[in-house]
Amino acid sequence: MYARFKRYAVENEILYLFLHNRVAQLAALIATLMLGGAALAPWVAPTNPYDLTSFDLLDSLLPPSWSDAGDTRFVIGTDDQGRDLLSAILYGTRLSLLVGILSVSFASVLGVTLGLMAGYLGGRFDAIVMRIADVQLSLPAILTALLIDGIARGILPQQNHDDLMIIVLTVAIGLSLWVNFARTARASTFVEKNKEYVQACEIMGMPPLRIMVVQILPNIMGPIMVILTIDLAVAILLEATLSFLGVGVPPNQPSLGTLIRIGTEYLFSGEWWIVAFPSLTLVILIVSVNVLGDFLRDALNPKLR
Amino acid sequence: MTHSTQNFAKHQTMTSLLDVTDLTVSIPSRFGEFKAVDSVNLSIKAGEIHGLVGESGAGKSTIGAAIIGLLEHPAFIESGSIRLTGEEITNLDDDTYHLLRGNRISMIFQDPQTSLNPLLKISDQLIETIQQHKALDFQAARQLAIELLEETGIESAEQRMDEYPHQFSGGMRQRVVIAMALCTDPELIIADEPTTALDVSVQKQILKLIRELAQQRQVGVILITHDIGVIAEITDNVTVLRNGRIIESGPTIQVLGTPAQDYTRALMAAVPRLDKRIERFVNIVNEDKSIEGEATWTISGASAEHATQWLLTSKTATPTTTDSLKNTTPPILEVNDLSVTFGKKSQWFIKQPGFKALKNVSLSIRRGEVLGIVGESGSGKSTLAKAIVGLVPTSSGDMRFNGQVLPDANARARNHPARRDIQMVFQDPYSSLNNRRTVEAILTEPLTFYGLAKKGPDSKKLVASVLELVEMPQRAMLKYPHQFSGGQRQRIAVARALMARPSFLICDEPTSALDVSIQAQLLNLLKDLQSHFGLTILFISHNLAVVRQMADHVVVLKSGEEIEQSESELFFSSPKAEYSQQLLRETPSLQMVRG
Repeated sequence: MYARFKRYAVENEILYLFLHNRVAQLAALIATLMLGGAALAPWVAPTNPYDLTSFDLLDSLLPPSWSDAGDTRFVIGTDDQGRDLLSAILYGTRLSLLVGILSVSFASVLGVTLGLMAGYLGGRFDAIVMRIADVQLSLPAILTALLIDGIARGILPQQNHDDLMIIVLTVAIGLSLWVNFARTARASTFVEKNKEYVQACEIMGMPPLRIMVVQILPNIMGPIMVILTIDLAVAILLEATLSFLGVGVPPNQPSLGTLIRIGTEYLFSGEWWIVAFPSLTLVILIVSVNVLGDFLRDALNPKLR
Repeated sequence: MTHSTQNFAKHQTMTSLLDVTDLTVSIPSRFGEFKAVDSVNLSIKAGEIHGLVGESGAGKSTIGAAIIGLLEHPAFIESGSIRLTGEEITNLDDDTYHLLRGNRISMIFQDPQTSLNPLLKISDQLIETIQQHKALDFQAARQLAIELLEETGIESAEQRMDEYPHQFSGGMRQRVVIAMALCTDPELIIADEPTTALDVSVQKQILKLIRELAQQRQVGVILITHDIGVIAEITDNVTVLRNGRIIESGPTIQVLGTPAQDYTRALMAAVPRLDKRIERFVNIVNEDKSIEGEATWTISGASAEHATQWLLTSKTATPTTTDSLKNTTPPILEVNDLSVTFGKKSQWFIKQPGFKALKNVSLSIRRGEVLGIVGESGSGKSTLAKAIVGLVPTSSGDMRFNGQVLPDANARARNHPARRDIQMVFQDPYSSLNNRRTVEAILTEPLTFYGLAKKGPDSKKLVASVLELVEMPQRAMLKYPHQFSGGQRQRIAVARALMARPSFLICDEPTSALDVSIQAQLLNLLKDLQSHFGLTILFISHNLAVVRQMADHVVVLKSGEEIEQSESELFFSSPKAEYSQQLLRETPSLQMVRG
């Protein structure tokens, strides 16, 4: 078994490079730990920060447990409402990652579909899609998100609003990220389209949809995967920014961004831990995901090796 | 100097320009250390042209890179010495090497497109190089540059100096590269496949130029090439390499005239000859099919016979016809006055006439015949093939296939029967197979697409059988294309074409990306298939010798126009058109060994 893995590890390019890259391994370890902690938050978190009955205002603004005034029940302290900060961070990361992954999935499906079609069909369709992409690029991501958030607030009934917030956020972030995917998919499709295996399919009379999905799509997945990881970090950051600005997730379900926003209010009154720990979590998460994305880009690009 | 004095006794380095002794270059990789060059000895005198010939992976280019000190990391010189006029150069540091490179050793690369900077004028590039190595002022350097360009045969060099590389043709560009290599009066020039990217007529001129320069300037030239015809034409001495080892070395007349080694003989036999047609080539590659039980892994009932049976039962296939029969059968494909125009536009007020890639070409192919199409790059050979298979729309003229009108790319229905009946084998085996699909998926595609067989045991059996027919192990179906070499990939491409049970096969330069030995195998295979199944083949190639071996009829194209059309034997013995005669004269061949 081990011998087989060892042989596979030598033959598989990406696995080989991964096993010889300590930084990427560290990043993967941290990312996995955070992903695991976030996914299992209801089971690993000491308290449930969404349950208003479980916390006590008397515990509010307690510093981390290692300082003099600390309480051993709250490892890294509590916030203004007496919530355990560690639990809040675990649940917050969960929400941030959820929004991040959902919006990147939305962006990649939309972007790759349009980019693939634009690249393969060319002509008028290509021109229209790429002009829309140009317009999209000229709008800052936050503006797009604010716009969609505003529209959603206006249209959707108030009582559903909080439940639908995550979907609105996903669409808003997804819409500002699809252009990257579309451009990359289009450029790679241009290259693949002129390869002879695609011509062979065209000679056979294979329908364009089948050529695009069965033949070309698997061949352009390399660069798409790289953007996927890098944009995941961007999406998490965007969500944090939006939540920080107060247009993100509702305050009773804090994400990392919301936690940081709440924390800044206490920064100057000496309660540093409320902003420091969520920010640190965010930074570590983004850096590790970015490092993984960089590793993947280098591993998939033979020119950089 | 102290280092080399101890070796003086062993070798008489006094007379030779370059001495390479026991050179071993290793490339460490995660699969273990690989010896790219294994104890190679070379000796070159001033004014001598020494050829290094071998197939891909023979280590020719690595020797060149080792001499000029440009071995790419992680390759390194494990042992041996390289001495330039008696001076050891393997242990020089980078700065000293940098002075040596250019000053005493120059290099000419394969592709003139990429070895000149497209953003700088020719004059700038030449003058910069001259001034870097010689203490000359701008005017003197410019004067020298003009002289060099004139010496390399560029007319009105004074004016052309200030042009950009793209304003020169491929051959002219290579002349500029040669002029640049001569800038510093080098003692040794390493030419790595200097003519591979060029058409035969230009190749001839460039080789002649190298020959003259070597003689006049007394420069030693190492000519690296895979083309034994080039070796025969201009080298004094030749070294035949295989897998990093020297097979045979000596004067060209002796090595090519009376080869001592089997490999050299086989390598020469594999080169298609221009003067006569031979039925089969000698096979020099012994592929070991027994690795990892390759041969024992089979699908029950699958065999080459099964494939043969299956291919023969198709309605359109007819077994071998005799020559007399051939002449009476109606043409399978007729092309009348076909023209193809690219980039023609007429929108509102803009009218672009477009570029005519094909001008009024007419030809006809009888069933079971091989029609060779020859011409230089840009002659419209590939455009013709693409027009027939329906990739490129035509602008005028018509095509008939089996007596029926064959609509062009825009009008041809997706389910037109000709889409199955006409199949194509492409030039580049590295891009003609989808790397993300297994060989089985690639080969099953035509079967299911044309409804020839259901996916399942039937298709598996057929795929395995056809693989066997193209002399591949059945187990190949489980692998991905990137696990195969170029020649094997090309056979898989042939197998894919066969899966559609075509009656008409278009081969667009099927062997130009392959080594001669692999080319010989593939040509054998195509000949076999053709005679077995009575396939009609449209064979496109720039290599006249290859066409000579394959074709019954020959059509010569030049910039989209038809120059000559005649019977193969007749064409090669007495070509009528001036252009055809020139083409035949300029194709390098083994018969040109320097006397």
